Amino acid sequence: MVVVVKSNVSPRFKSQQDTEFTAALLRELVAHLRQNRTQLRQEWARRIQEAQLLTAMSEEEIFAEATSVYDNYVEAVETGTFEALQAYARNLSERVIPRGVETDEVVGIVLLLRDVLARSLFAKYQDDFDKLNSILDAYEPAANRIANTVAVGFVQERERIIREQQEAIRELSTPVLQVRERLLILPIIGAIDPHRARQLTEQLLRAIRTNRAKVVVIDITGVAAMNSVVASHLVQTVEASRLLGAMVIVTGLSPEIAQTLVTIGVDLGKMHTVGDLQGGIEEAERLLGYKVISIVEEAPQA
Amino acid sequence: MEVPILKQQHYLIATVQAALTDADLTHLRDALVERVGEFRSHAVIVDVTALDVMDSFASRTLRDLAYMIRLRGAETVIVGIQPEVAFAMVQLGLNLEGVATALDLEEGLAFLNHKGKSRGAGSNLSRN
Repeated sequence: MVVVVKSNVSPRFKSQQDTEFTAALLRELVAHLRQNRTQLRQEWARRIQEAQLLTAMSEEEIFAEATSVYDNYVEAVETGTFEALQAYARNLSERVIPRGVETDEVVGIVLLLRDVLARSLFAKYQDDFDKLNSILDAYEPAANRIANTVAVGFVQERERIIREQQEAIRELSTPVLQVRERLLILPIIGAIDPHRARQLTEQLLRAIRTNRAKVVVIDITGVAAMNSVVASHLVQTVEASRLLGAMVIVTGLSPEIAQTLVTIGVDLGKMHTVGDLQGGIEEAERLLGYKVISIVEEAPQA
Repeated sequence: MEVPILKQQHYLIATVQAALTDADLTHLRDALVERVGEFRSHAVIVDVTALDVMDSFASRTLRDLAYMIRLRGAETVIVGIQPEVAFAMVQLGLNLEGVATALDLEEGLAFLNHKGKSRGAGSNLSRN
């Protein structure tokens, strides 16, 4: 059989023979890892606890996870395919992230396993240095790739969760509600950044047009702090609403925010402000010509 | 492109149909200021629903128009500013200060009628 050797292929795949040699070494390696499964696994779990990683999990849980990670690890070394491991890493991340496991812990335990296994290889082949060398040649790239796969899987899962949460916050953050004919309320809760302020304004303006609103009450009781950028966004929202023919009443300015605004000298003169949401809605009703009448006196309660 | 000016009882209504050049705008301003005296109109409504851009010249001309009409003894209401246009305007600092605005023609008429009524009744309801 003729084998064409190209100069630019990686040294590991120089020839069929080499590949076969590596495969044989990997088989030997896997056999070793299978044989010593119990002992290596225990050693690993012990090292994890010693290094105080995964403190959010109990001893039994760590051992159970260690077992499945170990098996997946060996399988990845044996088959050279990482899909199963990748899926497992994602699944593991999904389970442990909500419990507060950090990236450094996950990377840490995988590197510990790598270390534990490498040490066992040292112990086994310490008399035969050449053999040890070639075994490590076969083991190291696989181990590196595994560590890489697990770490990347974990980080990707975290990022996915962050993206999802950002999306959720964004969707939750701007409810424009109609409480009376031609009266809208916009309760703002949480921090406002320029992106959110823009989205908020756009949504409000659209709602003013669809609901034909004349008065809008913006309640900022839930806004903890406000800087000059956010304050000027608020002023812009008020002005843009006015251009659409709607009047804006701002309610719920906390003493802290009031003080900040006065200190930084934001011009809130164009704004109609009322103490709380109730007052704001009452004022809006007055402007729209509504009158709320209590009927309790006519029907005495039991 | 010239903007048609319609007389509707005591009001003059100018409906912008397409994008206007600076010359068209000044022409519209001058025509309205002229006719408001000619017809002894109480108010002017400028409908800008068709405009999807409002630059600084346009908004300054509209503001000047409103001030000039006021000096001629009448009211001005700008109606139909699109949400996107409104947002772009305030970002550029063009807020038509001191000029009455309304959602659309119907609202603008309602605003003026309400104002006329309260003036007729002797109340001194003021616009902010």
